[in-house]
Amino acid sequence: MAKLHVSTTVNGEPLEFLCEPHDTMLDALRNQLALTGSKEGCASGDCGACSITLDDRLVCSCLMLAAEAEGHEIRTIEGMARGGRLHPLQEKFLEQAALQCGICTSGMLVASEALLAKNPDPSEEEVRFWLAGNLCRCTGYDKIVRAVLETATEMREAAQ
Amino acid sequence: MTDIRYVAPQTLDEAIGAYAAAGSAARILAGGTDLLVQMRSGAVKPGLIVDIKKVRELTAVEEISGGGFRIGAAVPGAVLAEHPRFRQTWPGVLEAVNLIGSTQVQGRASAGGNLCNASPAGAIVTVQGPDGRRELKVEDVPAGPGRTNLKPGEILVSFTLPPRPPGSSDAYLRMIPRTEMDIAVVGCGVSLTLKDGVCTHARVGLGAVAPTALLVEPAAQALIGSRLDDTALTAAANACRAACRPIDDKRGTIAYRTQIAGVLLKRTTNIAAERAQGK
Repeated sequence: MAKLHVSTTVNGEPLEFLCEPHDTMLDALRNQLALTGSKEGCASGDCGACSITLDDRLVCSCLMLAAEAEGHEIRTIEGMARGGRLHPLQEKFLEQAALQCGICTSGMLVASEALLAKNPDPSEEEVRFWLAGNLCRCTGYDKIVRAVLETATEMREAAQ
Repeated sequence: MTDIRYVAPQTLDEAIGAYAAAGSAARILAGGTDLLVQMRSGAVKPGLIVDIKKVRELTAVEEISGGGFRIGAAVPGAVLAEHPRFRQTWPGVLEAVNLIGSTQVQGRASAGGNLCNASPAGAIVTVQGPDGRRELKVEDVPAGPGRTNLKPGEILVSFTLPPRPPGSSDAYLRMIPRTEMDIAVVGCGVSLTLKDGVCTHARVGLGAVAPTALLVEPAAQALIGSRLDDTALTAAANACRAACRPIDDKRGTIAYRTQIAGVLLKRTTNIAAERAQGK
């Protein structure tokens, strides 16, 4: 079976990889590209642990074929900290202990960053609605939602 | 998974050629939110995956003359939601599309892929296959759970939603046991036109109460000609209940689903009427 050759951009870096036609983007990230921050929870698009952005749009990498990355821009949790500095959301999740076991955390962070890029001033309801596809079995969500809301406030203030 | 192939053609003709040549082993890939789950579970073992998202017509939302819209079959819900004018004209269709799954799923899943949840907008569906292009009413596409009336090799190209007269709007409500991200116990869509407070045109659709989505003509007839008063709404609700042929399952009994169908008809009609009057 011939492997497919894929040229794409991951976290701003152009790169190429080989994959099987049935490999998911999550398979390629974890197994070909050694980017293991994206997690496999359910493999059916219900849990959000594998969240990435495809051309700035939030998607589950388990529901995308690796071959579909051809010519598109992928961002993962590994691209969230810039120049050795954590993203404000990452700082806030640590400060507020908005995680326990950590399996959902990279997906939560990627999804939250996508929310704040689209809506810098979300209500609590909007945060909860946006993150409804990211399941967490530890925290009860409250600390996560508060961390996102506080980061949004601080990022708006910093932007002024 | 042996001998699986992936192609992403640039044109519709190439896509149809590859899809038709591969026969029943081929699967169309739009958002992939069903297909990849089916492949993963082993329920589907495609010999060929035809990714249709490089074909521009299938991923475009276009306004057509007179104020209607043509929606490519692979347009994801999130893209439709971001369209600057679609929401004003067809709020109920957008509600129905945007109820499908999470933010992540909305980034990929398309109305085309979800046609079995078809809403009652009066949409025309364009399909194209080896024998050329044809148009179908949206309600004629599903044949039963997991089955459609498309011929071998045919690909769903787009939905066309017609221009609307003034005083028109629509709404969609869905009853689910959870607050979000669940499968409908009952879904109800109402599209209507009001003139001087009188309903001049109506279409009523119900989901999840029969093997396919239902277009309930007697319910529409009960609304047309009325001022949407209690008598008309009750008659339409009863018509909806009479049309139900639901299943019993963990989400709801036959009696419950039938009862809820009438309740949702009243609520959905009221929302559509408020929108039509610009409230």
